Amino acid sequence: ACGPQLANSPTVIVMVGLPARGKTYISKKLTRYLNWIGVPTKVFNVGEYRREAVKHYSSYDFFRPDNEEAMKVRRQCALAALRDVKLYLTEEAGQIAVFDATNTTRERRGMILNFAKENGFKVFFIESVCNDPTVVATNVMEVKLSSPDYRDCNSTDAMEDFMKRINCYQASYQPLDPDNYDRELSLIKVIDVGRRFLVNRVQDHIQSRIVYYLMNIHVQPRTIYLCRHGESDFNLKGRIGGDSGLSNRGKKFALALNKFVEEQNLKDLKVWTSQLKRTIQTAEALQLPYEQWKALNEIDAGVCEEMTYEEIREQHPEEFALRDQDKYYYRYPSGESYQDLVQRLEPVIMELERQENVLVICHQAVMRCLLAYFLDKSADEMPYLKCPLHTVLKLTPVAYGCRVESISLNIEAVNTHRERPEEAKKGPNPLMRRNSVTPLASPEPTKKPRINSFEEHVAVSSALPGCVPQEVSTQLPGQ
Amino acid sequence: SPARELTQNPLQKTWEPYDNGLPAGHSAQRGVCMTNCPTLIVMVGLPARGKTYISKKLTRYLNWIGVPTKEFNVGQYRRDLVKKYKSFEFFLPDNEEGLKIRKQCALAALNDVRQYLSEENGHVAVFDATNTTRERRETIYKFGEENGYKTFFVESVCVDPEVIAANIVQVKLGSPDYVDCSNDEATEDFMKRIECYKNSYETLDETLDKDLSYIKIMDVGRSYLVNRVMDHIQSRIVYYLMNIHVTPRSIYLCRHGESELNLKGRIGGDPGLSIRGKEFAKSLAQFINEQNIKDLKVWTSQMKRTIQTAEALGVPYEQWKVLNEIDAGVCEEMTYEEIQENYPLEFALRDQDKYRYRYPKGESYEDLVQRLEPVIMELERQENVLVICHQAVMRCLLAYFLDKPAEQLPYLKCPLHTVLKLTPVAYG
Repeated sequence: ACGPQLANSPTVIVMVGLPARGKTYISKKLTRYLNWIGVPTKVFNVGEYRREAVKHYSSYDFFRPDNEEAMKVRRQCALAALRDVKLYLTEEAGQIAVFDATNTTRERRGMILNFAKENGFKVFFIESVCNDPTVVATNVMEVKLSSPDYRDCNSTDAMEDFMKRINCYQASYQPLDPDNYDRELSLIKVIDVGRRFLVNRVQDHIQSRIVYYLMNIHVQPRTIYLCRHGESDFNLKGRIGGDSGLSNRGKKFALALNKFVEEQNLKDLKVWTSQLKRTIQTAEALQLPYEQWKALNEIDAGVCEEMTYEEIREQHPEEFALRDQDKYYYRYPSGESYQDLVQRLEPVIMELERQENVLVICHQAVMRCLLAYFLDKSADEMPYLKCPLHTVLKLTPVAYGCRVESISLNIEAVNTHRERPEEAKKGPNPLMRRNSVTPLASPEPTKKPRINSFEEHVAVSSALPGCVPQEVSTQLPGQ
Repeated sequence: SPARELTQNPLQKTWEPYDNGLPAGHSAQRGVCMTNCPTLIVMVGLPARGKTYISKKLTRYLNWIGVPTKEFNVGQYRRDLVKKYKSFEFFLPDNEEGLKIRKQCALAALNDVRQYLSEENGHVAVFDATNTTRERRETIYKFGEENGYKTFFVESVCVDPEVIAANIVQVKLGSPDYVDCSNDEATEDFMKRIECYKNSYETLDETLDKDLSYIKIMDVGRSYLVNRVMDHIQSRIVYYLMNIHVTPRSIYLCRHGESELNLKGRIGGDPGLSIRGKEFAKSLAQFINEQNIKDLKVWTSQMKRTIQTAEALGVPYEQWKVLNEIDAGVCEEMTYEEIQENYPLEFALRDQDKYRYRYPKGESYEDLVQRLEPVIMELERQENVLVICHQAVMRCLLAYFLDKPAEQLPYLKCPLHTVLKLTPVAYG
């Protein structure tokens, strides 16, 4: 095994809370994070099961507590979702299932606890409590008005109906009570969008990581900019790694970046670089304070440092072939793999979550890892994400995901991207180890329009209402 | 204006800008700036609730990760002022003389806090006292505001009489206050001392204290209430506090068995065990068996020599890449003589400041500490663990447990074929 055993028995994370409290937002974000750090995780949203079962949503009447017919259907949907949870955790090598529903009554939670006990799953509750009407209204506008439930409504009618829907739950809502009734449960109560937290009985490492993550995320609007250093002398020579300075075109890029940043007119931009000269030189042109992170250094190519790909192919032919076979797990001799990069970048991601406006000036492999986190890309896709020189990626959180804009600063540079070779076999992987850090894209539970490549996605990004479409990972974990 | 020139610091190998030949400041170099304004951590709780335990442990952790931290224990100030402790009556709420002295001590401690944070480059001060009244906490909060410090409260709440009794036995009976008492007398007096505080105790309140930043720890970590975490360092403190526990356990640290390169006097590399190294592995297996440890976890690095050592134990083990030996960069697999010959400047620099010195294309002890932090965090969560690692790595881990400063860390003695057994006791 490599690294700590992140989780032994599978865990069911149970969301709790009234509608429009951010349960699905938390579910999706947490799932994205867990998959990125290599813990196979999937969301099971009971609302989507309901939409499958009841093709057309008419009104909040469906959610009235005295609507017996609907109550039956809703219970069926919860049970169907739990069946799929069981399948995922016991037969599909899932490690964590996020059960996303209101789960607002003790009775329902009791049912889930029994289910988990029967199957040997651990249970961790995440409750979101919020009584601030502004927050609730904002949530409704961000993600409810565009829901399939309201596709035939105007905003005002949708809002009115949804508020009545929330009301249906109020009377029977039994919040988690860690002081008494729920004393023995493992849970975190997130109050007022993260102002306060109540944490009870954290059982293991992964729950501790989940709590830490939830305590660091926020919902303040902000923008994250990712780019590479300007073109370097080594880039020009086709050499990888090393610690060379900027070429003339690279210096031009740095100046263009300065202009770009000024035009963005941001409040309080933090600038981060690696500890390699080329990113620092790039940051220097911005005339802003910047912080150097060793963790942002480019992937260590070990014995292949400072070589060209031709030299590597000549001097280390087996290594060259192995890398193309499985670029994510492949570790350079005396160097690193993408998998290692993810592990060392985790504190960067955690701090990015805490921060607001940040510009990260880094390197190709590093940028691919960070981008995979924000755009929920799998380990398989990560090493082939396009991160060209002299291009800034602007990421803005929107609805349940991240909007990405690619901005080329129009300074010529060499192309350092190598496409996935077609001849590379994708058979069983000798390099793969169990329990290792293996980002997976969050599995897509229901059919949604697919966008097949990053470029396509970028082109339509401004048209998307919210959810960033994700590709289902073709690589099963543990394989 | 043209971009500034960069120069590489010969010791740490970091690139710094300079203006007119002088280094120009720009940023923190070690990753995220952990603290911008100083932070004042204020402990809250009745006596024997683990405040000093938490203060010392937290201080040790923060210093190890590079945040200059110091604790200020008001009880210590009281002992310095009132040479001889007589009885719990000193703490009676109507003992005016006692109250005056106690307030004086608190103010003296706060004064030293100010000196540490504002004049001595301290980043975090831990103010260890009961601080059980809202009034006292207000005074401290105002003090913090006046001086530009962020204030973070850490309250420990516990009503389990067994826990309290155990605390008293562990750390109070041996206190200088009770040097002339029998254990029974000391316990009886201390219980009355706790009573003195109970009536005026105002716990941190959800409504009244809603604007303060704090963590309330309940029942030795069964549950936590966290309010308004303001910045990175507070978030790290909360994470740390939520991972530590007080269950008795032992941590075993050792290096891999002697390696082929050890025999040749060469550093680094990824060699296998020598014959004597293999014998050590067998002895280690025997030692572990004899220790009869419940549920021992075994961790190794991803280098052959530690894995070979673990293999001899015949138990499951986990490999951590972050436990790999310090990367000596261009000096990998050299002998010290070869380094001195080929890189005389580097050789000299390393002796100048062994903690911060980074090998060209390699690492420093300072880098090691940063990469080992998740190991420490997980060690805190775990119970019985055996860590089979390497010399520099073991020095870093040992420095954390034994509270050794950066200057001493690279010189801690960690010989081959020797196991260090660490057991938490009292405050250390």
